[in-house]
Amino acid sequence: MKFGVVVFPGSNCDRDMYNALVHDLNQECIMLWHKDSDLSEFTTEDCIVLPGGFSYGDYLRTGAIARFSPIMQSIIEFAKNGGKVLGVCNGFQILCESHLLPGALLRNNNQQYVCKNLYIKDVQDKVYKIPIAHGEGRYYADDATLDILEKNNQVLFRYCDEKGNLVPEANPNGSVRNIAGICNETRNVFGMMPHPERACSSLLGNTDGRKIFEILFSEVMEGVI
Amino acid sequence: MEITAKTAQQLRLTEEEFELIKEKLGRTPNFNELCAFSGMWSEHCSYKNSIKWLKTLPREGSRMLVKAGEENAGLMDIGDGYGVVFKIESHNHPSAIEPFQGAATGVGGIHRDIFTMGARPIAALNSLRFGNLEEAKTQHLLAGVVHGIGHYGNCFGVPTVGGEIYFEDCYHTNPLVNAMSVGIVKAGKTVSATALGEGNPVMYVGSATGKDGIGGASFASADITAESTEELPAVQVGDPFQEKKLLEACLEVIETGAVVGMQDMGAAGIICSTAEMSAKGEVGMRIDLDKVPTRQHHMKAWELLLSESQERMLLVVEKGKEDVVRKVFDKWDLESSVIGEVTTDGLLSFYINGELEAQIPAQELVLGGGAPQYNRDFRRPAYFDKIENFDINQIEEPKNLKELAAQLVQLPSIASKRWIYNQYDSMVGTVNASTNNPSDAAIVLVRETGKALAVTVDCNSRYVYADPYKGAMIAVSEAARNIVCSGGQPLGVTNCLNFGNPFDPEVYYQFVNAIKGMGEACRKFDTPVTGGNVSFYNQNPEGPVYPTPTIGMVGLVEHPGKKMTLNFKTEGDSIFIIGHMKDDINCSEYLHKLKGVEYSPAPYFDLEEEYDLQHKISELIKEGVIESAHDLSEGGLFITLCESGFTNELGFTVRTHKDLRKDAFLFGESQSRVVVSVSPAHFEAFENTIRHFPHYEIGIVSTGKVEIDGEEWGDIHYWKELYDASIEKHLSKEIESEALGML
Repeated sequence: MKFGVVVFPGSNCDRDMYNALVHDLNQECIMLWHKDSDLSEFTTEDCIVLPGGFSYGDYLRTGAIARFSPIMQSIIEFAKNGGKVLGVCNGFQILCESHLLPGALLRNNNQQYVCKNLYIKDVQDKVYKIPIAHGEGRYYADDATLDILEKNNQVLFRYCDEKGNLVPEANPNGSVRNIAGICNETRNVFGMMPHPERACSSLLGNTDGRKIFEILFSEVMEGVI
Repeated sequence: MEITAKTAQQLRLTEEEFELIKEKLGRTPNFNELCAFSGMWSEHCSYKNSIKWLKTLPREGSRMLVKAGEENAGLMDIGDGYGVVFKIESHNHPSAIEPFQGAATGVGGIHRDIFTMGARPIAALNSLRFGNLEEAKTQHLLAGVVHGIGHYGNCFGVPTVGGEIYFEDCYHTNPLVNAMSVGIVKAGKTVSATALGEGNPVMYVGSATGKDGIGGASFASADITAESTEELPAVQVGDPFQEKKLLEACLEVIETGAVVGMQDMGAAGIICSTAEMSAKGEVGMRIDLDKVPTRQHHMKAWELLLSESQERMLLVVEKGKEDVVRKVFDKWDLESSVIGEVTTDGLLSFYINGELEAQIPAQELVLGGGAPQYNRDFRRPAYFDKIENFDINQIEEPKNLKELAAQLVQLPSIASKRWIYNQYDSMVGTVNASTNNPSDAAIVLVRETGKALAVTVDCNSRYVYADPYKGAMIAVSEAARNIVCSGGQPLGVTNCLNFGNPFDPEVYYQFVNAIKGMGEACRKFDTPVTGGNVSFYNQNPEGPVYPTPTIGMVGLVEHPGKKMTLNFKTEGDSIFIIGHMKDDINCSEYLHKLKGVEYSPAPYFDLEEEYDLQHKISELIKEGVIESAHDLSEGGLFITLCESGFTNELGFTVRTHKDLRKDAFLFGESQSRVVVSVSPAHFEAFENTIRHFPHYEIGIVSTGKVEIDGEEWGDIHYWKELYDASIEKHLSKEIESEALGML
């Protein structure tokens, strides 16, 4: 399995993602340019990562312009053929804009950008400390869509308190049902607002991000959950 | 149009300066030329009222790789073939009028100073001053400034790792917004802001030029008055997305080897960058202004010369390599145009459609060349009498210590700044090692070398107001102390000198003496001043701000894994104060805010004692015998203990000192003291090291309860809640009205 990290103009977590994958997780990783569209060196075993940042400045609506970039056309095709795609933060927003994932990410309910550590839990109720950093991270979908997501176990991470309780105070942006991360029905496209790549090094004092990657790249993708 | 002394005055040049210009040119300047002088000889660009004193600061050191003031920012050796590039700069005047854009472009400008030298910015800090937070105006300014810093920094993608904020009435009309950027560059990959080589093309890259920010440099060189809002066009508008692309493209174009010199276009735009690059290379330039990409039609020569449109760079490239450069900027969808060439005549000649619009010898425009340098009068401020009249016995020793402590912990200058820093991306770049384990200075990892930087900004301006000489020494000392308490070695300083009107002799006295104190402390700590910025005219009809010489300091941490942190680690560890104990409440937050004493001397401070303290702290850290170190600053011992307790939610049981007033012991801000915690396992080794140095065992770390002299003061959670919620409470109204505005 190898990784390709897309660089859009305005991406600013691309190098962080690369560093985490290569130096902390010992993975093979290639940087991809938004104007290119050739993904022929990737197979469905591989994973394309859309990193965080402000693609094309995000002056319109987050991810709305990136969705039309040349590389996204190839990535949409790649995902439809079963290729694995991960979007973090701005990457999650782009995946929703591209309709590879259901729902949308709206402006945080307190109208402010927020960057801090918080807690999320996986479907097995394991709690992780993880950073967030976004202004538009309020996940929204209609109830029917949410019910389907939950029925299919597509909601993979929810905001919770330190002990794992799904309380409103633990929800940093007003996301419906405390949703922090989801996958698509075929479980090959995944998006999350928190930044696991920022929590992979002991020098930074938090390695919970490694566990998040492990979940993503083994259990989820292989359909274990 | 006839150009007279009156025209010059309207452009904020004096009659004498107008005469000097005529003398330099040997003729009367035309309007374009006069505008060029107006921008370049403004206080902001020329340092005309400060440079004589700035030259007295220590500006040399073995680690300095460029001379102070020679390039856009300081550059120091951090070993392993890498250098650190850093600078702090003010954006006070624009932020007073338009806080969002003012602060945003301040951040953009300082990052450009870093990457124009070929360095990649890896950390940002800021130092802010506002008026009383109870005031709606302050809430508006604070919300706007924080939003602006966040908007620009978050998108640009450099973490905001540290800062400081104070609230004092004197900043009501004149807030201070100082932004600092720190970057890393590989030795030999730096770029100089120098034009060289006859016939080499001059290229303009980045955003197109508009009419925004025209006259910004001279606007920043005058007091703020009721009419200042009419100067709104003098405020620039920022686009962090453009700057992010510009950063990547500039670093990429340097790799091609085609770049001879590069300078960003900041204050006084095209005229400043062409003049400074030419003067440094002792060359001239022929520039076709009609080739400058513009956003508006029919821009006049003086508008093009002075515009401070953001996200623009001037490059001198090797002749024949224009296409190599263009290709890189094309890749990043940025405009790049050849607008002229380097000449040998030393003249800046600006043309529009072949017509000569302005012609000035580059040297005459710049600092160190033709720009005037002044001595200003100064005299001891009259308010010093009131300061000298203060005596601690005028303040009755209070009984309600817990109540006072609760008020203190909620003062906006002391309380948690989380409402502010949570709006900044502090973790992008994955180098901020302080997020989960804070230290007195922010620890920033240098991936390339495996080491780290310790960075901080510090200035208690009330101390400087009380005693400019001592106050400035304290600012330098606190910065160094923060770095030492983090396990670092201080390397160098960048300063942002925020003062009132230099023509006011009392203000100038503050300036002169602050420079003297700063110089002495920097010499003591061997931390040369690598550069910085002077911002005068932080004044309005009601008076000047406190003298605020903000110190930005960078230190080196050899072993990031062994950095020292400020938080208590384990219940039962002993708590010590290292340093001298004094019966001193001078200038403290307690005295000023809770007792309402406006005038009191600066707190106790002795430079030699400070120096010895820092050496001792370094020794304790190196020997591994302390678990935490946190210096005493605003709010005194009680606040220091609380801050050490908050992270891991540990409390403390403490006894006061029999020879000291309890308010002085708990809330006094006497300098050169550090609180450390020591585990039982290291107690003996600690005692051996500290034996001959002043130290006091004051108590132990508890599981959560706070106890002073046997009296229960509640749980650490209680104090943390007061501390965390205070600023948010003040701002809840502002947030509501902003949110309503968005609907």
